[in-house]
Amino acid sequence: MVPSRVGAKSVYCARGITKIYRMGEVEVHALRGVDLDLFEGEFVVLLGPSGSGKSTLLNILGGLDVPTAGHVSYRGKDLTSNDDALLTGYRRRHVGFVFQFYNLIPSLTAKENVALVTEIAQNPMRPEEALEMVNLGHRLDHFPAQLSGGEQQRVAIARAIAKRPDVLLCDEPTGALDIETGIVVLEVIERVNRELGTTTAVITHNAAIAGMADRVISVASGRISHVKTNQHKQQPRELQW
Amino acid sequence: MWGQLLAICAVIACGVGTFIMTQSALAGLSFTQQSYYEQSRFARVFSNVKRAPLSVGKYIAEIPGVSQMQLRVVRDVTLDVTGMTEPAVGRLISVPEHSAPALNALYLRSGRYIEPNSPDEALCSEGFAKMHGLKPGDKVTAIINGRRKELEIVGIALSPEYVYQIRAGQLVPDDTRFGIFWMGEVALSAAFDMQGAFNDICLDLTSDANEAEVLRSLDRITRPYGGMGARGRRDQISNKFISDEISNLKRMGLIVPGIFLLVAAFLLNVVLSRIIALQRDQIAALKAFGYSNLAIAWHYLKMVIVVVLCGELIGLGVGCMLGMQIMNLYTKFYRFPSLVFMLPMHVVLGSFTVSATSAILGTVGVIHKAVSLPPAEAMRPEPPASFRPTIFERLGLNSWLSQTSRIIVRNIERRPFKAMFSSLGIALSVSIIILGHFSTDSLNFLLELQFQVVQRQHVSVAFVEPYSLSALYELQHMPGVIRTEPGRMVGIKMRFGHHERRVAIAGLQMNPQLSHLVDAEELPIRLPEAGLVINTKLASLLGVKRGDIVTIEVLEGAQPTWQIPIAALVTEHFGLSAYMNLHALNRLMKDGDLVNTIQLLVDQKHRDELYKKLKETPKVASVTIKEASIRSFRETVMENMLQMQFFNLMFACVIAFGVVYNTARIALSERGRELASLRVLGLTRGEISFILLGELAVLTLFAIPLGILLGFGLGKIVTTFLDTELYRIPLVVSPKTLSMAVSVVAVAAVASGLVVRRKLDHLDLIAVLKTRE
Repeated sequence: MVPSRVGAKSVYCARGITKIYRMGEVEVHALRGVDLDLFEGEFVVLLGPSGSGKSTLLNILGGLDVPTAGHVSYRGKDLTSNDDALLTGYRRRHVGFVFQFYNLIPSLTAKENVALVTEIAQNPMRPEEALEMVNLGHRLDHFPAQLSGGEQQRVAIARAIAKRPDVLLCDEPTGALDIETGIVVLEVIERVNRELGTTTAVITHNAAIAGMADRVISVASGRISHVKTNQHKQQPRELQW
Repeated sequence: MWGQLLAICAVIACGVGTFIMTQSALAGLSFTQQSYYEQSRFARVFSNVKRAPLSVGKYIAEIPGVSQMQLRVVRDVTLDVTGMTEPAVGRLISVPEHSAPALNALYLRSGRYIEPNSPDEALCSEGFAKMHGLKPGDKVTAIINGRRKELEIVGIALSPEYVYQIRAGQLVPDDTRFGIFWMGEVALSAAFDMQGAFNDICLDLTSDANEAEVLRSLDRITRPYGGMGARGRRDQISNKFISDEISNLKRMGLIVPGIFLLVAAFLLNVVLSRIIALQRDQIAALKAFGYSNLAIAWHYLKMVIVVVLCGELIGLGVGCMLGMQIMNLYTKFYRFPSLVFMLPMHVVLGSFTVSATSAILGTVGVIHKAVSLPPAEAMRPEPPASFRPTIFERLGLNSWLSQTSRIIVRNIERRPFKAMFSSLGIALSVSIIILGHFSTDSLNFLLELQFQVVQRQHVSVAFVEPYSLSALYELQHMPGVIRTEPGRMVGIKMRFGHHERRVAIAGLQMNPQLSHLVDAEELPIRLPEAGLVINTKLASLLGVKRGDIVTIEVLEGAQPTWQIPIAALVTEHFGLSAYMNLHALNRLMKDGDLVNTIQLLVDQKHRDELYKKLKETPKVASVTIKEASIRSFRETVMENMLQMQFFNLMFACVIAFGVVYNTARIALSERGRELASLRVLGLTRGEISFILLGELAVLTLFAIPLGILLGFGLGKIVTTFLDTELYRIPLVVSPKTLSMAVSVVAVAAVASGLVVRRKLDHLDLIAVLKTRE
């Protein structure tokens, strides 16, 4: 089952992805033959309970992991070869990551955390600009230890988008935040998707977030169980959980 | 943590090893010396005279405190040894023919004691016999009063007087060119026209004797017979060298092990801090279950003890091996009947106590901090690290730093003490290499100075007694002699205030070309017309400075007493010495224009001919060939040093690797998550390696100059310890030593960097996304 979007170009094309982990003596089938396409500019939520395989899918799309079987390509380029330099280059040029626990560098200020990425990017924003976008223009010189969780996550988003990535991959971006802060963070992600046209994939186990997506892909037991296209996208403010 | 604990084990092992090495050498040497001296009844007082009738012995024996007396004839002669062109010096010592000597008993290594009425029989010292492959039955030719006399070796012997077989005035023992021969007293007295007379006295004392009093009484009795001044065992040359070595071992034996144990304590502190940080939640859980603080502290302490025990065991093995090595080396220098390796129990216990104490001191603070956390607090992860802009940035140098460099600088600045200690640890390995190698540099420098700048002669000849220059005409015109410089050595006592030293004044020509005197800057100084030139060591022992007037008591001839000003000081690294214008000296001696030494510059083509002639010259007491001295010195001392330096280098590598590797592994453990995040963001392996290894590089770069400074500092301490009347070792560190110290540490740093780099290449990028530290 391959959902399609008329007129939009496919960014990712995954066919028959299988991922088997070996945990000690046990084989874990994280993904069991997943077919998936993501299209330019769309906002996708990958929804599923923990252990469903959604993170594994995101890791493979982000070039952090390669499938055991199957094929994934990004704009026609193969992501399944286990070539570290190639995958690093891919992440460096095309992907912005947002993590559940922010993963900021504690020894660098907000601005410097963003600059860390812009220094190695080809056509980046200024770090200040990226931080403005996440409404942190006034906290440029604060260290992570001086910022709240929500602020840290916004810095992480600024860091992810500052290089103007083609895709923004967010792994439980609100998982460590309270509702109010979570909504602020989702607003920022939505704004980036809308204003910069960055293809965005958010994985979450929180069904409420699905309302703001163009498409909601439900994952269960290593398979895509359901795909739903939202006719009416909700604003983050309208979400409730 | 295995690798790290193993590295710490190795550092402890080095500390224990060096401790065991020096302490076992110390125990072995002291014990052997003590017991040998006792068994052989080594004399306590020594003196010599020009010639005294045996009847004088009666007065000597009556000195209160004297328990045993031995009157002997001792003479140095030229030896002609088969297979050696140059002459050797033989010291002939008389021994009773019917019984073994009461003092300074001889230990027979092989053969038998001399038989009465066999005037040609002699016992030969072991060193000389070994060098020339002499065994009982072989013959050696001695030139006695111009006549060749065949000595038949009947036994190979050792004497407590010649454990360190060095001739006065020589820098190092030269077993090839200096041999001791014990002969029957009847035969020896006859050969030197000393029948009914003696020229050497050895005394043993009762336990309640006052040695200083005995020395004074003996001097009073021997003075009319050309007494050269009595000395106690303390000043006996062989004993002095061994005792110096023992006191050096005592002092030096603590420096190097101390360094290692300091480093080990630091490393244990760092590693244990990290382990405890990672196990915070487990500690909290255990405490929540009701484990006491003591139980938890004991748990971590046990780990420390295991590491110490492993290090101790390995160190014990290494130390024993090295201790035996040292003993082996000693047997080349010190001739004892047997020199046994000893490992006293108190040394083993001592090494364990010291290493365990240092390890516990290094970790007790960390353990205390960990167990005193309330369980609820310990259950929470450690609060995020606080950072602030570095001094560098506050000075406005921001734009100079990339973000990755900023991470390095801020990490170093956040924990300055840890960074400082890591640097100090690496620096210590630099300093250990310098410490282990500077002695070779110093000796090279000394050889160069002594044999190229100061002593420029090829051969120096000493005569049996002073002669007028004209009587030595023959010698000045021997084959191959290019230049001669006569001199006169006069034995004296120099006194200033209540300080007194027995030395010789060397009378030199006005402008000596073959024996240069140099000042502290190694520049030659002119010998003044009158007045004394003495070396700085003698000056400091007597407490004199330029212009002071010293009292000179001549120990020869008419034994006059003079008051002479100190005209200048010279810097010398060997012995105590005094110089004077030869003519001024002769004027004071009032016995004519006499000389008793001649320095020769020789055309090497005619060398062998000259040696042959010298062997046959009756007036010659001894011939010293400079080249041979240098060679024998290099052969023995330098070779042995190289062996020890190899171990030293290994030790330094252990420290350097131990510190850098541990620092790197800890940094990796602390920052793995951060670095993996950066990899996810698209930084390459090289870029994240730069952050971690860059920090190590900064610490190493900082450590190198620090280590060089420390090396010089420790070297200075060691040279101060080695500053004795016999020799002074200058602190010389060659560029080669410096570059080696730096490169060894750099290689160790790079090697540990590579090990860590391999780990960086295998960071788990996925795990970091899902975990919070």
